[in-house]
Amino acid sequence: MDTATFLVQCLNAVQYGLLLFLVASGLTLIFGIMGVINLAHGSFYMLGAYLAFALAPWFGDWFVTRLIVGVALAALFGYVLEWVFFSFLYERDHLQQVLLTYALILVFEELRSLSFGNDVHGVPAPSWLTGGFSLGGLMEYPWYRVFASAACLVVALALYAVVNRTRLGMMIRAGASNRDMVRGLGVDIRRLYRIVFAGGVALAALAGMIAAPLSSVYPGMGSSVLIICFVVVVIGGIGSITGALIASLLVGFVDTFGKVFFAEWSGVGVYVLMAIVLVWRPEGLMKRGF
Amino acid sequence: MPILRIACSASIAFFGGAAFAQGASGPIKIGLMLPYSGTYAALGNAIENGFKLYVQEQGGKLGGRDVQYFKVDDESEPSKATDNVNKLIKRDSVDVLVGTVHSGVALAMAKAAKDNNTLLVIPNAGADAITGPMCGANVVRSSFSNWQPGYAMGVVAGQKGVKRAMTITWNYAAGAESTKGFTEGLEKSGGKVVKDLNLPFPNVEFQALLTEIAAQKPDAVYAFFAGGGAVKFVKDYAAAGLNKTIPLYGPGFLTDGTLEAQGASAQNMLTTLHYADNLDTPKNNAFRKAYAIAYKSQPDVYAVQGYDAAQILANGLKAVGGDLTKRDALAAAMRKTAVDSPRGKFTLSAAGNPVQDIYLREVKGNNNEFRSVAVKALADPARGCKL
Repeated sequence: MDTATFLVQCLNAVQYGLLLFLVASGLTLIFGIMGVINLAHGSFYMLGAYLAFALAPWFGDWFVTRLIVGVALAALFGYVLEWVFFSFLYERDHLQQVLLTYALILVFEELRSLSFGNDVHGVPAPSWLTGGFSLGGLMEYPWYRVFASAACLVVALALYAVVNRTRLGMMIRAGASNRDMVRGLGVDIRRLYRIVFAGGVALAALAGMIAAPLSSVYPGMGSSVLIICFVVVVIGGIGSITGALIASLLVGFVDTFGKVFFAEWSGVGVYVLMAIVLVWRPEGLMKRGF
Repeated sequence: MPILRIACSASIAFFGGAAFAQGASGPIKIGLMLPYSGTYAALGNAIENGFKLYVQEQGGKLGGRDVQYFKVDDESEPSKATDNVNKLIKRDSVDVLVGTVHSGVALAMAKAAKDNNTLLVIPNAGADAITGPMCGANVVRSSFSNWQPGYAMGVVAGQKGVKRAMTITWNYAAGAESTKGFTEGLEKSGGKVVKDLNLPFPNVEFQALLTEIAAQKPDAVYAFFAGGGAVKFVKDYAAAGLNKTIPLYGPGFLTDGTLEAQGASAQNMLTTLHYADNLDTPKNNAFRKAYAIAYKSQPDVYAVQGYDAAQILANGLKAVGGDLTKRDALAAAMRKTAVDSPRGKFTLSAAGNPVQDIYLREVKGNNNEFRSVAVKALADPARGCKL
């Protein structure tokens, strides 16, 4: 492998890692901070992708507007969903959470099938992001991928700032470490959780909306990201945003170079990484460090 | 209790007698085991529509006998396949099984059909093994083997001057069989596959492998993907600008039912399959018209395969005068039939797989248009079949 190819592969790894981070960050919020095992997280990703598909004819080239509207709708949806279902789960054991969220997967898949059918649909990228630039004469790199990476970076920074530098973030962190104490101090913890959950859903949906022009929308697309998201969250340390970012990039590199060098074994590479990390640091890379 | 026992044995005798009588006259029982839910639901419906269309054209009868359908949704779930197929064989005691789309499920069906000596017509699943090591005298296929379109594409690529090619697919049986066919075809016509790329199913992160292709600069790439993976691969390939310098070939599944989503990125792609959207033959035109009238939608390759499954069965029944008790003669007759399919005439090999023309098609708009016959009367090598 020459240097140019190697650098392009590194770019691929970073780009894949950033997109992974966007989905996984929502999961680490819900799973890590609220302690809910949310198997339906992949469905929220799918929800975002289908929102992008459904909203595309209405907004045309107003791509950023489309993203904002989609994220707002998804957040509202998450807010209501927490109210109706998840708010009853915090005191119960994990098995019941698994049952509910698994049921939600089935319900969302069926709703998707009823409203959009089972065909694969393409989602157009905005015309100002079509085309690409040449990478050292090797291949073209689409502008849309650059945009997707940049968007993921912006979200990562914004998330970090919110959690570490704002009053809301402080309450979230406090709520994660001691729920009862925060309530004792007069914070409306139920509403706080509702906001966190809505935020998690919005992040997954945003990831789906950004990924839709790259991946198209198709049945079962949510389940494919769910497992890898859990891997990222576990490697990064449950509940840690910084950990999720590092883990996403690690997974991106292992997956990309695994495919190139160990094609037959690339499927297990990511899990080997997870096993090594867990042996080395059983709580993940970052222990609730945010 | 004795009374009850007598009643039971009487009813067994009665129903047993009735079942026996059906062998010669009553309706023929057909068990449709197809995916009616999940990703392949549309394919299952198309197959059933095609099958029933042929039966309707015969006045609702096959071999002079009425037809009774029993349906089971196989959900494309191999782990439930044996239970599902036994519902049809044991509970409904069907005479003929028709199914299915998913190869893993079809393999379980083939095993059950052989164990119970039930006739089986497979209207899609392309696993080479079904008409290879697993082949049986009572199992025939109306569709294709994964090897066939791959081999034909390899031959065409070689004729176009491709010397060094790469293949890419998911790391699963269908992909391996298809790319193996391509490799053999290409070697036959003077080229060579320099590298097989693969990634775990259903991973769709292709960028690393596209970079690998760009670095190696082969003369052509052969890809086997389906559904969402097919759409994303074709789009990513075009977005990387590779389609300008390295032609992308594939079996028809790469561009069948996915063109609306692939859009501009699939235009002018060449693929091979045993059917094309605009085959201009009287038989195909008549079929497409009848299907459109009956179902208010356009038929696809799956509908054709369903239609031909019924046709193979009908030809066999005709040969034995509709007498299902002559099961071995019926199975043999089904295998010897010449099928006048919308795809063109074909026969069946000793292993029970179609010996058929494979077409070269080009993507134009939302159609896979016929270009030429890639390989005439191509027979699957049926490796491992002892028939």
